[in-house]
Amino acid sequence: MNGRLFIYLLITVLVTNMIRILPVTLIRRQITNRFVRSFLYYVPYVTLAVMTFPAIVEATQIPMAGIAALIAGIVAAWYGLGLFPVSIICCAIVFLLELFLR
Amino acid sequence: MTDAGRNNKETAVGTDSKAVDGGRTETRRAFLNGMRDGLPIGFGYFAVAFSLGIIAKKAGLIALTGFFSSLTIRASAGEYGAYTLIAAGAAFSEVALMAVITNLRYLLMGASLSQKFSPRTSLLKRILVACCITDEIFGISIAYKGYLAPAYTFGATFVGAPMWALGTMCGIIAGGTLSAGVVSALSVALYGMFLAIIIPPARQDKAVLIAVIISFILSWTFSTIEWTSTNISSGMRTIILTILISAVMAAVKPIKTSD
Repeated sequence: MNGRLFIYLLITVLVTNMIRILPVTLIRRQITNRFVRSFLYYVPYVTLAVMTFPAIVEATQIPMAGIAALIAGIVAAWYGLGLFPVSIICCAIVFLLELFLR
Repeated sequence: MTDAGRNNKETAVGTDSKAVDGGRTETRRAFLNGMRDGLPIGFGYFAVAFSLGIIAKKAGLIALTGFFSSLTIRASAGEYGAYTLIAAGAAFSEVALMAVITNLRYLLMGASLSQKFSPRTSLLKRILVACCITDEIFGISIAYKGYLAPAYTFGATFVGAPMWALGTMCGIIAGGTLSAGVVSALSVALYGMFLAIIIPPARQDKAVLIAVIISFILSWTFSTIEWTSTNISSGMRTIILTILISAVMAAVKPIKTSD
């Protein structure tokens, strides 16, 4: 492994775990600032949404398959399926569509 | 514990670590229960981490580095963001900022978990539990009845984390030998997991739904418009849009405060 890659990974390991540890050591009481609480509330959903679309469409060989996986994933998750089933459904749709459309 | 000697207002937290678990058998039972609940999570981890391994390989990771990097980071979106940036040869500061943004939700989860501990849980155990936080481990830990037994979280992580690391390793090793069709199918596994995290809360809270829709639209716009797509990397796009959209949503639609 080259040095640059090691530094990249070390940064990610340290930053990620510092974020995990920080609240339980520093913030013993509840955050009261409404804006900060609201901001932190939206962050996870917005990050993941931005990372998902349009990347999911660009990840597949046929854009159509990515769009179908996106829609199927949203529907499956909407009706309460868990992380693993939703992932499998998305994969299966892409695999089958690309098998038949190519 | 050593933290008992600190000049902290809440030193009581770290003074009596032996009484925390209420006996060895209970600790043992909590650990085993954690292992039991961690198993299905681990299977899901393996599949998703496999697709992550394919991306990690593009960033130059080999099986061993992939295993240890996944074991020590344990963050799906965080690792995905990091490996994508590394593959693109981004600056160290960009990778650090990406790690902060993609894992900011762990800050929230940590804050939430801090309310779940018994007052007698030592600081060391609090820190170790916090290190275990992932979306899923947090989910089952916060659902634990009463005060959280740290051993429960440790048990779940003891099973889940190695499977996450193994999945990444296998993805790096076998990702290259798979057909283009299978790789293409597996590449959406991670996005499927992201959807499974954001859609259920969006169904319950209209504000989250609006935030998700705006995120989709703006993310698509940024990647489509020529100026933004050539001048702003996908990692920076994530960071900028996350801060922008979350701040606007927090100002326009602040959460209801329970107290």
